[in-house]
Amino acid sequence: MGIAFENQVAAPQLPSRPAYGDNQTGTHLPERAGSLNGVIVPEQPGKNAIEVRGVRKVFGTGENQVAALDTVSVSIRENEFFTLLGPSGCGKTTLLRLIAGFDFPTAGEILLHRQDIAPLPPFKRPVNTVFQSYALFPHMTVAQNIGFGLEMLGKPKAEIEARVAQMLKLVKMEALKARRTSQISGGQQQRVALARALAPQPKVLLLDEPLSALDYKLRKEMQIELKRLQHETGITFIFVTHDQEEALTMSDRIAVMSAGKILQVGTPRDIYDRPAERFVADFIGETNFLPGTVVSKQAGVATVKFAGDATISAGYPEGFDPTGEVTLVVRPEHADLVPDPAKGTIAGTLANIVYFGTDTHYHVKLDGGGENFIVRHQNSRSSPVTFATGAKVGIQFEEDAARVLKD
Amino acid sequence: MAEPRVMDIKDQPGFRTIAVICLLVLYVPVLILMIFSLNSGSLVTHWEGVTLGWYGTAFLNEEFHAAARNTLIISVTATIVSTICATLAAIGMTRVKPWRGLAAAFMVINLPLMVPEIITAVATLSFFALIAGAFGLNFGIGNLILAHTVFCIPFAYMPIRARLEDMDLTLEYAAADLYATPWNAFRRITLPLLVPGIMSGAALAFIVSFDDFTITQLVAGPGQTTLPLYIWNQIRRPMTPEINAISTILLMVSILFVSVSFLIARRRAK
Repeated sequence: MGIAFENQVAAPQLPSRPAYGDNQTGTHLPERAGSLNGVIVPEQPGKNAIEVRGVRKVFGTGENQVAALDTVSVSIRENEFFTLLGPSGCGKTTLLRLIAGFDFPTAGEILLHRQDIAPLPPFKRPVNTVFQSYALFPHMTVAQNIGFGLEMLGKPKAEIEARVAQMLKLVKMEALKARRTSQISGGQQQRVALARALAPQPKVLLLDEPLSALDYKLRKEMQIELKRLQHETGITFIFVTHDQEEALTMSDRIAVMSAGKILQVGTPRDIYDRPAERFVADFIGETNFLPGTVVSKQAGVATVKFAGDATISAGYPEGFDPTGEVTLVVRPEHADLVPDPAKGTIAGTLANIVYFGTDTHYHVKLDGGGENFIVRHQNSRSSPVTFATGAKVGIQFEEDAARVLKD
Repeated sequence: MAEPRVMDIKDQPGFRTIAVICLLVLYVPVLILMIFSLNSGSLVTHWEGVTLGWYGTAFLNEEFHAAARNTLIISVTATIVSTICATLAAIGMTRVKPWRGLAAAFMVINLPLMVPEIITAVATLSFFALIAGAFGLNFGIGNLILAHTVFCIPFAYMPIRARLEDMDLTLEYAAADLYATPWNAFRRITLPLLVPGIMSGAALAFIVSFDDFTITQLVAGPGQTTLPLYIWNQIRRPMTPEINAISTILLMVSILFVSVSFLIARRRAK
């Protein structure tokens, strides 16, 4: 492949993405619900596993009040791998705890299959959790841990044993069933925690950053493992993470959260390619921000003047009316370097080259000033063009590369 | 464990000297006491030869039997009752929403640790005397059991509370998440994990009650002589190595208890 991403114009694809990506096609969902700026219209209410309606959660009293969740509404469909993604303190774990029943909302409803579960204590909700710390019972064996939920549900002994055996097989832990949980590794504890939460066949499985304690390789393995488990069990997964790569690779849909609000809900591709706000574009992946001025607009496409005299056509989200000074957003892989500065839409000097193995980042100091513009170039055996630091270069944009976003 | 510590105790000037002095002062008297329990002579200051005879004399001594029986009745009952109270108090103060008076309750429970024991003893004595005078009530050995239970509670409370505070609360959330009612979560998760704390609390309470002298001396009525009181009475007469033998037996019981509770705590903590 040459320096341009020709094949990506027709079929856009994230570079350096793991290859098992059936998360786009492997779902049994009908068309996606429309979602904009966190306002979700449940198109098929009967098919929703969880509906969160106008939920507020305020901690503290008086002047110390903090709204951890500020009127959040979202619908999560059956059999969906749904991810709550955001930086720490954005309210994603609070939302998970409200669904689990460890906390109760200050206002609003949480529906599980159209029944309001918000006032129910956790032990009356058909929802199970995989905790960040795993929270395995240290005085019990692996098998006893997995059987605990069924035992508490009063299932007959034979059924518990059969189900535990099935779960042990599902997470490949048969050999260690008699071990204490302190005698197994972190990755194995993770599997036991999963099996324990899946054993009672919950309607919804909640996962609170379950992979954060694992090392990189194990985390990659468990990501695939989790997708497999979700596929095999058909249970709705609600996954909380601050790791955008994890969210993109595993999820059917993602809700991006910040400061107690849901900013955008959509498929990984929606979120990555058509971010609704500047925060989303900034949080997910790397992004170039360029100041510009709207010259004209029609049918959802604005013509924006930027970097001196350059102009570009840029789409913008529905419900947003860009005027005057705006910010343009361009993904580093949607732009290209050309050796002749005159041939680019904008020009600059190559300030820095950062090699990542799978790809290379070129930091370009723009002639018009401002922050350095980053161009990502996927490495291949046949890369014909090489650039040197200090060289004058031009930057070309792919069609639809730029978007105008709300700040 | 945590980060490695950089200071080596052996580098501290005078450490060895001070350590040796402390060990000598602490243990040499006890060692001498134990050695003289084997003295074949009848003096506790003049060594004559080795015998186990004084232990035989002690075991055949009816007064010693009566004192040991009293001690066991009082200590065991006080240990059980105070450990139950302490466990309930610790749970009520760590596993519920903060309530008004929580800090005050904590103070009240731990007050016996700070009040000079002789004050508690005099107060308890006057209290029982008052009740006896006003209502003609005398609980017999119950007076001692009651007094012991009260001063044992803070000793039992401390390790139990420490264990509860160290415990990962997420475990209880996990139990609730897996359909355990609050009672089941307590019975199946919290209580089993609390056992080492309860054991060391009980052991501590037992030891404190077992060797209590001041309060017992004032509150005990006739026929309620405990082992420490018995030893006290004996040394006012011409002393024989029998006292050393009895003291050594007491010491062994204490050491046994502390070791067992320590071992249980260490095994369970893993």
